[in-house]
Amino acid sequence: MNSLSLGYLGAGLGAGLAVIGAGMGIGRLAASAMEGSARQPTAAGDIRTSMIIAAALIEGVSLFAVVVCLLLAISK
Amino acid sequence: MTLAALALGLALAQHPAEPAPAAHEAAPAVHQEAAAPAAHEGAPAEPAGRAAAAEHGGAEGHEHGEHSLPEVMMHHVANGYELEFPAFCDGKFQWACKVDLRELTGGWGVTIAGTKIDLTPTKHLVMLWAGALLLLAAMLFATSKRSIVPRGLYNFFEMLVQFVRDIAIANIGKADADRFTPYLCTAFFFILFVNLLGLIPFMATATANVSVTVALALFTFVITQYAAIKAQGIGGYLKHLTGGVPPSLAWLWPIMIPVEFLGLFTKPFALTVRLFANMVAGHFVILALLGLIFSISIFVAPVSVALALAIFMLELFVAFVQAYIFTMLSALFIGAGLVHHDDHGHAEHEHGEDPHASHVAGKAPGHG
Repeated sequence: MNSLSLGYLGAGLGAGLAVIGAGMGIGRLAASAMEGSARQPTAAGDIRTSMIIAAALIEGVSLFAVVVCLLLAISK
Repeated sequence: MTLAALALGLALAQHPAEPAPAAHEAAPAVHQEAAAPAAHEGAPAEPAGRAAAAEHGGAEGHEHGEHSLPEVMMHHVANGYELEFPAFCDGKFQWACKVDLRELTGGWGVTIAGTKIDLTPTKHLVMLWAGALLLLAAMLFATSKRSIVPRGLYNFFEMLVQFVRDIAIANIGKADADRFTPYLCTAFFFILFVNLLGLIPFMATATANVSVTVALALFTFVITQYAAIKAQGIGGYLKHLTGGVPPSLAWLWPIMIPVEFLGLFTKPFALTVRLFANMVAGHFVILALLGLIFSISIFVAPVSVALALAIFMLELFVAFVQAYIFTMLSALFIGAGLVHHDDHGHAEHEHGEDPHASHVAGKAPGHG
């Protein structure tokens, strides 16, 4: 159980946790976007644009964690 | 505008990762797998995947001599000094003819104050140049036939430029939007072209290099600070660095100012990592999925290629979205720095992007 294998383990666990966070966040975002579009179909276009922007920002945060995991995974 | 892109390309001093040894069979195999989903769709993907994998079936990329799957993946995503493309070399047609840029250019370098800086072109730098030249050529071609009623390619680019200008107006305000629209257009089109160039087989994504995204975010940072200083004056700009703490509480300043100063850099850092990670992640997932064919067995090829195709479509979408997000956030940061420019021009814009308006206009009273 040297530091390298612990690093690989950490990389795998970290990537999984990051995906959980992003999935929950973007899932809630999509749910409220759907609900808003259903309540007011005329605003659906604006809601869709804002949804895509927010999804990209949330995904950006989770990709910070992915970068750290990549750094762990490719280290020797 | 694209001269800025060319300057950006020429100014990058790359320190590429160690290039993988030459003529690895899994490399052209993975390239061909990447070419297969790009060229075929749906049902033909299965026989194409099997044909390509069977053709290189003898080459187990996994633990074949010196190469493992992570090494192959890094070789495809990371920077290097070698270009690979299908051509006739060594007398016969090869899928991956290697061109070593160090030999081609003889090594460019500059010595400043005794330190040798290596400026030899690398794969990603060549891709940046290709993107800039392509953009320049496309723009020159599109604007060569101007008329009152735009048509064809000119119409298409005008639509995109208006799209970027609407982003500028929504976030910066009508009064100053035209000052910054050129830079935002440059950022949008350059990032879009370089992202899309990476999806073509045998090309690389230059924005999957952290040096490139750092340079782009640095441009935004410099322009943001320049706009803020110009609008608020040096005194006003430094006053904002105190974070709204009045001079009566000046003993708080030694805490506030360093924190606010570091806070200036979080936004460009986020821009950098967001663009870099999105581009790298897409390529990594595709390479990992296709590498599963070599790691597990050839019979996962249909599923693998289908999934890789789906991720490829997603990557196409992400290329556009990331260019848009970078441009929009740059406009937002520039607009936020200009918020104390004499009047409240934000109140009069009728654009639908109201969350940004209220964010900026709401800040103004609080900053007294």
